[in-house]
Amino acid sequence: MLTLDAAAWAAVALSLQVAVVATLISLPLAVGVAWLLARKRFWGRGLLNGLVHLPLVLPPVVTGYLLLLAFGTQGPIGGFLRDTFGITLAFRWTGAVLAAAIMAFPLVVRAIRLGFEAVPAGLEDAASTLGASRTRVFATVTLPLIAPAVLAGAVLGFAKALGEFGATITFVAAIPGQTQTIPSAIYGLLQVPGQDGAVVSLVVISIVLAMGTLALAEWLSRRMSARLGA
Amino acid sequence: MIDIAITKGLGDFTLDAAFTAPAGVTAIFGRSGSGKSSLINCIAGLMRPDSGHIRVGGRDVTQQPVYRRRIGYVFQDARLFPHMNVAKNLAYGGTHDRDSVIAMLGLEGLLDRRPTTLSGGEKSRVAIGRALMSNPQLLLMDEPLAALDHARKAEVLHYLERLCATTAVPVIYVSHAMSEVARLATTLVLMEQGRVTRAGPLDEILSDPAAVPLVGIRDAGAVLTGTVRGLNAAYGLTEVALSAGRLILPGRLGHLGDRVRLRIPAQDVILSIQRPVGLSALNVLACRIAAIEVGHGPGVAVSLICGRDRLLARITRRSAALMGLRVGQEVHAILKATAVSPQDIGGANT
Repeated sequence: MLTLDAAAWAAVALSLQVAVVATLISLPLAVGVAWLLARKRFWGRGLLNGLVHLPLVLPPVVTGYLLLLAFGTQGPIGGFLRDTFGITLAFRWTGAVLAAAIMAFPLVVRAIRLGFEAVPAGLEDAASTLGASRTRVFATVTLPLIAPAVLAGAVLGFAKALGEFGATITFVAAIPGQTQTIPSAIYGLLQVPGQDGAVVSLVVISIVLAMGTLALAEWLSRRMSARLGA
Repeated sequence: MIDIAITKGLGDFTLDAAFTAPAGVTAIFGRSGSGKSSLINCIAGLMRPDSGHIRVGGRDVTQQPVYRRRIGYVFQDARLFPHMNVAKNLAYGGTHDRDSVIAMLGLEGLLDRRPTTLSGGEKSRVAIGRALMSNPQLLLMDEPLAALDHARKAEVLHYLERLCATTAVPVIYVSHAMSEVARLATTLVLMEQGRVTRAGPLDEILSDPAAVPLVGIRDAGAVLTGTVRGLNAAYGLTEVALSAGRLILPGRLGHLGDRVRLRIPAQDVILSIQRPVGLSALNVLACRIAAIEVGHGPGVAVSLICGRDRLLARITRRSAALMGLRVGQEVHAILKATAVSPQDIGGANT
């Protein structure tokens, strides 16, 4: 029933690849930033908070354009990465990962930050009076208690990365087989008459992926709350 | 030996506390807001004092991070880790003396349980066990009973008494309830507005009429230790021998020969010049007046010597004048038997 050509299947595979990698990369960083924002008072905290949230409030096209300026081969960071490590992001799937990760980042940070704020006051103090170093306290008390929030953040981030369109198409365009994700493939197909079948197929796949993500998240969160004794 | 002298500014409040305490149980007693909790948070390292030192058993821990201090802390709200069962909570800081700690606190049946399924009293016991198993050099307890209802308090107090009587670890016990302090502690530190107003052996301070204003009129009263000499099952009474006589107390306070601690609030002691007859009160002790302390209010604190024990009585200034009380005079102290209520004080079986 699904009428898809090789290019469309490549878009599905690429979307999954981009979303998974973007989520995995942004997660540890988001935990760190959320911890800073939730627990620390420092100069520039407001600025960091604003920067993190910028992709949420900027038009995605603007974010994509800024990425192009900074990470394009002529850009300061892009040029440095190319000259030093031989890495090019613009118009590559890795660039799609960067765009998706940056667009998803504020959502992930927000969810995890709520988790930090919900850790019962004083549990970490109690752990340190029992002789646990700060690293051990984080690994054995804080992290297990924020795990549900990290999971929620990961799901949000994954869904956002899967659906990212504006920043991605601006930064890496929609080269079939290289940077074309499901949303940009659908958009491309809609520009050509008579492609309704392929569009419907991609839409169905999108819905299935979204529902699957939610179901997996629900299952994981149940297991987690059972383990947390809640 | 605990040696503490610290200052810490907390907004418009200054903590400026110094005291030394021998091993045993030291109670820090004071109203809410007197700085007790800030003081023990500084000792634990959860708060950083502006200046001063904290020495525990000859070890200066002032500059050490919390986790290196080896100071156990039992918080008022237990603070058990919700994602671990009781056994894992207990073992978090170590497994020192595991089996005897579990036995002493009666935790055998709880090991597989989750903290959310425990009663308040059980949570407190697990928190105490967890702190003990980390093998601390000092154990801090911040009002571990304050959040519990009456029945749970009695339950945990029973275990605390066992702990205080048997452990070699020095304990600092913060409380604003004199009934708990009198029952558990050997050393008393009185705090008011961030300062230590008096520190020393508990029985000495509580029988000192000069300390009455510091302790508070309602909480003043001597703490005595007696021996159970008789049990009257028909009337439900216990006979306790003191150095100067016997007291008949309601309830069963232990077994024959047990040593029991009694607290006799100063307000509940009546003085008589002649030996009273025909009273419904059962307990009369012959005493000699050791000191009379006239305070600012209408009351007078009278220190009494009966045998080797000291009692404290609080009567009105008018009564003292009418009776012509003076130091060295022989008087009779009448204690209403209910003055020594079993839920407040007493032995192992209360």
